[in-house]
Amino acid sequence: MAQQTVTVEPSDPSGMPTSVRIRTPARIRAMRVGGRVMTYLILWLGSFLYAIPFLWMVRTSFMRLDKLFEEPPQIWPDPWIWQNYIDMWETGPFANWIVNSLILVALGMFGQTFISIFVAYGFARTQFPGRNQLFVLILATLMLPGHVTIVPKFIMFRTVGLLDSLWPVALPDLWGQAFYIFILRQFFLTLPVELDEAAEIDGANLLQVLFRVVIPLSKPAIATVAVFNFINKWNEFFEPFVFIQTPEKLTLAVGIRWFRTQYGTEFQMLMAASIVSVAPIVIVFFFAQKQFVRGIALTGIKS
Amino acid sequence: MTATDMASAPTPVRRRRGILGWTWKETQGFLFILPWLFGFIVFIAGPFFFSFFLSFTQWRLVGDIKWLGFENYAQLLSGEDTRFVQSVYNTAYYVVFHVPGVLIISFIVAGLLNRKVKGIAIYRTCFYLPSITTGVATAVLWYWVLQPNGLLNNFLNIFLTPLDIQAPNWLGSTRWAMPGLIIMSFWSVGTTMIIYLAGLQGIPQHLYEAAEIDGAGWWGKVRHVTIPMMTPQIFLTMVLAVIGSFQVFTAALIITEGGPADATLFLLLYLYWNGFRFFKMGYASAIAWILFFVILFLTIVQFLTARRWVYYEGERAS
Repeated sequence: MAQQTVTVEPSDPSGMPTSVRIRTPARIRAMRVGGRVMTYLILWLGSFLYAIPFLWMVRTSFMRLDKLFEEPPQIWPDPWIWQNYIDMWETGPFANWIVNSLILVALGMFGQTFISIFVAYGFARTQFPGRNQLFVLILATLMLPGHVTIVPKFIMFRTVGLLDSLWPVALPDLWGQAFYIFILRQFFLTLPVELDEAAEIDGANLLQVLFRVVIPLSKPAIATVAVFNFINKWNEFFEPFVFIQTPEKLTLAVGIRWFRTQYGTEFQMLMAASIVSVAPIVIVFFFAQKQFVRGIALTGIKS
Repeated sequence: MTATDMASAPTPVRRRRGILGWTWKETQGFLFILPWLFGFIVFIAGPFFFSFFLSFTQWRLVGDIKWLGFENYAQLLSGEDTRFVQSVYNTAYYVVFHVPGVLIISFIVAGLLNRKVKGIAIYRTCFYLPSITTGVATAVLWYWVLQPNGLLNNFLNIFLTPLDIQAPNWLGSTRWAMPGLIIMSFWSVGTTMIIYLAGLQGIPQHLYEAAEIDGAGWWGKVRHVTIPMMTPQIFLTMVLAVIGSFQVFTAALIITEGGPADATLFLLLYLYWNGFRFFKMGYASAIAWILFFVILFLTIVQFLTARRWVYYEGERAS
């Protein structure tokens, strides 16, 4: 958000007409052109280096197993095997994993994005004794590494008999998430209070102000949080991995690993499964690129 | 905040008082925060203190919890547990190379992307996508890339074969497994890069113009304008990278399972094994707390030293 105000073209401070500017000497111009060529060369090489493992993964997912170990390696799969994807679907409880991942994403987004809106609103727009201390506490939990609580959580969920299900992963997420609360609160603070007050004078209560004034104005920030939330829940590994054992109950992010242990050498299937797991993220990224960049920029600037 | 205070001040009407003597508005505010407070107490604070308690005990999930005092910590810190020592060494090795590497690569890429290049969205996608790819997919992919005849060695052989040097067997040797994982970690620089890109775009152009007038060349501008103006972003990403790099798990678990010969045994992996394979709940908690204190200590040190080198606009220039 703050970005946009910064990128406004600076008006010429001297007020001189631009034609008066001294022409840049040829040597310096040549250096600039050289600099641009170098820039593009490095960028092309760099993005190629970063993209090629992905392309390699796609290639491998369409190859016949025995062709994988050929020297020199095949660049283009020959023969092209679509069957790998069907095999992959049929060998593991793949449909279960996708459904489980979606459940986790849905619960996570309800509990983290949606609930965080309320909490952030509470911190941004209401006053009560101890509010600031609680906010410091939220910031402190941002620094707390998740591994510190994993053993007690395991014991806790074992005691109540919820281990080996999605619950141990989903339940702690239903109460808002510190980082999202922080981002949303910072955004809510930038909205003018006068709007709230105007609505309150019209007889709106706090919830009505939230739903009719604050949320509609905060769509970009909420979208950003939702996108991050989606990716994080879809990719979540450590907790489902620790809490869930039964293959059918796993999520996709953890389930892919199953291909490695069960079928140690079936790389083509492993790659196909990986592509299926990455696909939703690539799609979300393409449609929400703006939210991503802005969201990350927002966190970078505000801190 | 102060605006709401002032707005509520002139209303002379007495509000209803709740149990704690709070006004209805205050009670409402508290209710908004209540879900988080509940989750915090049950799923963060509770487990946090319970974990601290457990770290002084011995318990294998069955039978009684046995109080040990500092025994777990003594065993870990005295170097008696050589695998723990190894995992501390490995983790430190990783942090020392991963953190500066990621910061430098991100900085260079962001700097290039900031030069008003055409098709920025394509480059940005290439550099960013790896960092949001599912951890297991990344690990599996790199397992494949790092094979003796994998993608990386095929690439390296272009340069190494003429020199008659053999490309390393990355995952199979105790010497190269860790560098292999570190190279892999450089694939996920996207988030840091975008934070830098946003920072670079926020640097006012007139600073560069002023530097040019003072006769600064390309390096002079980077050294005296870009880097000082970027210190808040560099600081933020450094703190995050240090916290993150102490918690490497997925890559080591999937690719090497800590091997060969514990060469990639990370602290978190060792914690996991103790806790969830050997069910040594007390011992695992003690490892968690040592890890926590190390991260906390390094974060505090970074915050304390930040005053010397981080430049915040709006503060007085020193």
